[in-house]
Amino acid sequence: MPKKHGNSLLELTDRTKRRNAAETRFKAYGIAAIAIGLLMLVILITTIVGKGVGAFQQTFVTLNVELLENKLDKNGNRNLDDIKKVTTFGYAPIIRGAIEAKVKELGIETPLKSKDMAQLLSKDAAAQLREYVLAHPDEIGKTVEFRFLAQSRVDGYLKGRVSRDSIGNDKNISAAQLDLVDALVKVGVIKKTFNSAFIFGSDASDARPEAAGMGVSMVGSLFMMLVVLALALPIGVAASIYLEEFAPQNWLTDIIEVNIANLAAVPSIVFGILGLAVFINYMHLPTSAPLVGGLVLTLMTLPTIIISTRASLKAVPPSIRDAALGVGASKMQAVFHHVLPLAAPGILTGTIIGLAQALGETAPLLLIGMVGFIASNAPDSVASGLLDPNSAMPAQIYEWAKRADPAFYERAWGGIIILLVFLITMNTLAVILRRRFERRW
Amino acid sequence: MNDMTVVDNTVETQSIKIAAKDVNVYYGEAHAIKDVNVEIEDKTVTAFIGPSGCGKSTFLRCLNRMNDTIDICRVTGDILLDGEDIYDKRVDPVQLRAQVGMVFQKPNPFPKSIYDNVAYGPRIHGLAKNKAELDEIVEKSLRRGAIWDEVKDRLDKPGTGLSGGQQQRLCIARAVATEPEVLLMDEPCSALDPIATAQVEELIDELRKSYSVVIVTHSMQQAARVSQKTAFFHLGNLVEFGPTGHIFTNPEDPRTESYITGRIG
Repeated sequence: MPKKHGNSLLELTDRTKRRNAAETRFKAYGIAAIAIGLLMLVILITTIVGKGVGAFQQTFVTLNVELLENKLDKNGNRNLDDIKKVTTFGYAPIIRGAIEAKVKELGIETPLKSKDMAQLLSKDAAAQLREYVLAHPDEIGKTVEFRFLAQSRVDGYLKGRVSRDSIGNDKNISAAQLDLVDALVKVGVIKKTFNSAFIFGSDASDARPEAAGMGVSMVGSLFMMLVVLALALPIGVAASIYLEEFAPQNWLTDIIEVNIANLAAVPSIVFGILGLAVFINYMHLPTSAPLVGGLVLTLMTLPTIIISTRASLKAVPPSIRDAALGVGASKMQAVFHHVLPLAAPGILTGTIIGLAQALGETAPLLLIGMVGFIASNAPDSVASGLLDPNSAMPAQIYEWAKRADPAFYERAWGGIIILLVFLITMNTLAVILRRRFERRW
Repeated sequence: MNDMTVVDNTVETQSIKIAAKDVNVYYGEAHAIKDVNVEIEDKTVTAFIGPSGCGKSTFLRCLNRMNDTIDICRVTGDILLDGEDIYDKRVDPVQLRAQVGMVFQKPNPFPKSIYDNVAYGPRIHGLAKNKAELDEIVEKSLRRGAIWDEVKDRLDKPGTGLSGGQQQRLCIARAVATEPEVLLMDEPCSALDPIATAQVEELIDELRKSYSVVIVTHSMQQAARVSQKTAFFHLGNLVEFGPTGHIFTNPEDPRTESYITGRIG
């Protein structure tokens, strides 16, 4: 067998060993990086879900309420104007009576007076009752079963947020009241169930965290997204088409190009203060209105849409433009008949991602005052439209998170879950669209 | 005697489809085409040959003003189509391109159905009054493109799904659908295999009956096979122009001879 010239292939040289070791090391770094990323994601999701899922459940107290005619409709003629004169204060005694009757009926021993018993219910209960009576005046005089919200301390007690040790100086709840809660839970009068009001409700006063919900801020966000979509998409696409297909290459377009890229990197709070100065202080558009929020977010989203649209226009091969021009299409026909349809999936994806970004944006909204607490519930607030004060989902979450009451804190986490569901849905939609309409040529 | 000359001249100008006079093309500072004078006859295949970068494609793209799409490109001199200057201010390049069709180096069907590919030109130029007429134009064009039999059963399938040779013939069909008078072909076979090339060459010969065809090619064999007239470009100059047989067998310029014998290029 002839002696091999140089080293045998069967033995690794030092150099090869070193190279292989470097490669193995690099792979290990990569895997470690991904593992760290995944771990963070898992921690993030478990924290959010763990802390937020409580907000989707709420404690309710079921009571039979006798709608006393002598309290609610003294004239007895069911005249709605007269019934309206009875304020929620007028309903308080009825609720007190109802819970006292229930406790007596169940034979529960308690040192509490009826006023203290009624404290277990949310302050929202009287309003709920009044609303019902105004909607169904003929029910006056009858006994109706109601499901009232429990007040936030009771809710917290059932969720483990409030304990007998922690209520020491709390004037909202006492040990005796918790005894009563225990007894009522045992017989099923107080129950923790799924709470759709958190998703669709809107009451957000300081005193009633149990009644607070994302409803109105969702509507606010929706209105803003509509404004952004209606403005940013056409303006962004038109600007991109002009820059990409028609504009001459000169120093002016170069400057425009650089500045669009710069705008994409401007912190969102800058757009917020710009919106405050221009839209509110100069143009006198209403404060806290979704229209203004939408305008500010449009400014913020435009660069994102322009950049992604230009990228997808660039990705259309020039041979397609040549083909269209070659058969005598005008420049505009070539763009609108051939280039734009091919770029559409990319434009759509960029737009959705831009919208998702805008949906999660908080800072500029704080500056234009989109943190309004809206008293009206979902149907009314939807009708009130673009110019009325409103909130947005991330701003609402911020508002809740900064409150001292842990009941609000829990709702902030719950709100984050809802916001994330929206964002993940939008991003998934973008991915699906891109996959589905991806073209080969 | 005087009358006779006039008649002679008339016959002469009719048979010349495109006349280029002192054409210069600049890309910014670069002088791409230098003083080219050429007369392209009707119902003739004219081949432009020459080494890469000699300007033959650039000159071809001047003939239907495709160079207009390049910002820095500047054309001087006159190019007359049937005696009309196509660089006249009043000429809309869009109208010109309907009369001077073009087939590109790489097959570039629209990512649409075969039918829509061919029907696009007639549609935007309003050549068909109704669906039946359009169907007729599409069929006629596909037949002229010698691809009708292969695609007649799948007109609604995407044109991008065809093979390379079929795609190129589809592009030729698309180009003839607008009823052009001149057909420009920029290395139409460079992306095709020999069989597809043979089919396209046969087609070019067929097209000569109705159109004036100008073809840019890298292959001297192809030029020899399909063309009646050949122009040799070198470094932006039109070195030699004449009957194809003459150029290949008896070139007058030493540069032409070096190129066709393979010494430069």
